[in-house]
Amino acid sequence: MLKNVPLSAVIGLFITASYFLAAIFASVISPYGMAETVGDVWEPSRIGYMLGLMPEGTPRPEYWLGTDQIGRDLLTRMIYGGQTTIFIATAATILSFVTGSVLGFLAAVTGGWFDQLMSRFVDLMMAIPSLILALVILSSIEATVLTLIVLMGLLDSTRVYRLARAVAVDISVMDYVEAARLRGEKLAWIIFREILPNALSPLVAEMGLRFIFMVLFISTLSFLGIGVQPPLADWGGIVKENKDGINFGIGAALYPALAIATLAISVNLVADWVLNRTTSLKGGRG
Amino acid sequence: MHPVLTLVVQRLALGILLLLAASALIFGLTEILPGDAAQAILGQAATAENLANLREEMGLDRPALTRYFEWLGGIVTGDMGNALTNKLPIADQIAFRMSNTLFLAFWAALISVPLAILLGLIAVRYQNRWPDKLISGVTLASISLPEFMIAYILIFFFAVQLFWAPSFASINDGMTLLEQLHAISLPVAVLTLVVLAHMMRMTRAAILNVMQSAYIETAELKGLTTFNVIYRHAFPNAIAPIVTVVMINLAYLVVGVVVVEVVFAYPGMGQYLVDAVVKRDVPVVLTCGVIFAAVYIVLNIIADVVSILANPRLRHPK
Repeated sequence: MLKNVPLSAVIGLFITASYFLAAIFASVISPYGMAETVGDVWEPSRIGYMLGLMPEGTPRPEYWLGTDQIGRDLLTRMIYGGQTTIFIATAATILSFVTGSVLGFLAAVTGGWFDQLMSRFVDLMMAIPSLILALVILSSIEATVLTLIVLMGLLDSTRVYRLARAVAVDISVMDYVEAARLRGEKLAWIIFREILPNALSPLVAEMGLRFIFMVLFISTLSFLGIGVQPPLADWGGIVKENKDGINFGIGAALYPALAIATLAISVNLVADWVLNRTTSLKGGRG
Repeated sequence: MHPVLTLVVQRLALGILLLLAASALIFGLTEILPGDAAQAILGQAATAENLANLREEMGLDRPALTRYFEWLGGIVTGDMGNALTNKLPIADQIAFRMSNTLFLAFWAALISVPLAILLGLIAVRYQNRWPDKLISGVTLASISLPEFMIAYILIFFFAVQLFWAPSFASINDGMTLLEQLHAISLPVAVLTLVVLAHMMRMTRAAILNVMQSAYIETAELKGLTTFNVIYRHAFPNAIAPIVTVVMINLAYLVVGVVVVEVVFAYPGMGQYLVDAVVKRDVPVVLTCGVIFAAVYIVLNIIADVVSILANPRLRHPK
């Protein structure tokens, strides 16, 4: 099966899988504890030393990525940070897809006032930027991992709702759905057994993009100081903690940028491949 | 009445309705969620009696609907009440910060819009050749990063290593325009990069869509010059999508501004909003939030109206 996968998708899959594995086994592969202070403030990185970025004769640094603003090992912080960021983004994506697609299918199948009410409410939600809504909400509630997941998942489910409804409206007028209705199948059967399997491929392709959006969203919130709270590490938070170093030429805050960019590009590569594969099978539909 | 005028009036009416609904949604959100201004002032340890007294004093015990209309009326007339944290009038702060934010957004738009359209045209002209691929690659990279990270990468190289521009964008009235522009050069660069990517991708798609339609092929086949094909046939049909793209991206700029202002410690609306969220200053958050939402909605309405006006099919009904 893997023979027909293009190289870009293989690379994308490999990098995405590595990030997820690193997130799952964070406590096993991290050299130190998450909040453990191991050295001095902003010690240089061994990678920079190996690349020859440091003057001759400097001793070999102890830590692969150096240390952060209070002397914690940055590699450890990045691994645990990835765990938090990827966990929140994944959970929020799942919540967003379950809520958005179930409500979208329901609106498409039942139509009438429920469809009108939901669709107009989603229009209203989407008329306001998500970040602004999130800021307004986070000014009233405490930001915990759970509230962040629910907040981001529900805000984003509006976009999934639109897609799911648009796809399901096309499918629900097909003959086989009509046949199922005439057979007297219940609403749940029509949604989960008739519409869902046929709407899955555009939804899965969209899922990659929504996941990346979630990673960017949670990083932005944490960077602004209203997302993941310390001592928990996450990529946006690492930038916030180490940003003062930049003015002294210390690049500790730039590692998360590299991590997010590589993750985003590799997920995009996989999503592109899924989209191409599913659309070509159906002769360009989907 | 001319059919175009009817459409425009309908769209404007819908827009006003949307603005009202959006303000109600934002106000309603802070009503449903636990905690209010009185709670924020007194803290968690407040007794129920103290809370009730303060609520009565601040008028928070009255029905939500009354307070909503008072609040909305206040925003429209420019009386936005006082901030919780420093007791200063919100309107003064907003007047000063709004002009700073508009200054930043104006220059970002002035640079990014022509650049995006030009690059979009180049990408279409050399479709699937290396200029197109290079442009797509760069935009993919800048879409894959949050705004604040692009900002720190630029600061790291251009402010710290090369000393080309300051890493903090502090401006004041005593500076000349040139000094002010130098101060905001990095934030403008970040905003331009962020919007450019989206705008260019969408411009490219919009122009490609027009260029692939049947009437363009007809025009080419009947022997018109390339210039005439573009000027007489492609351009009138491409205005509407391009204007829509530009407006959507200017609206996107509104959100980008929030984060970029925080990074560069720029005294604008975005920083005010984020500060207020961190300090749980609900009245300031409400007012700033509704202003941001309103700007976003108004830009989207303008995009719709322009695309109605620019549509040749609607302008010349059968």
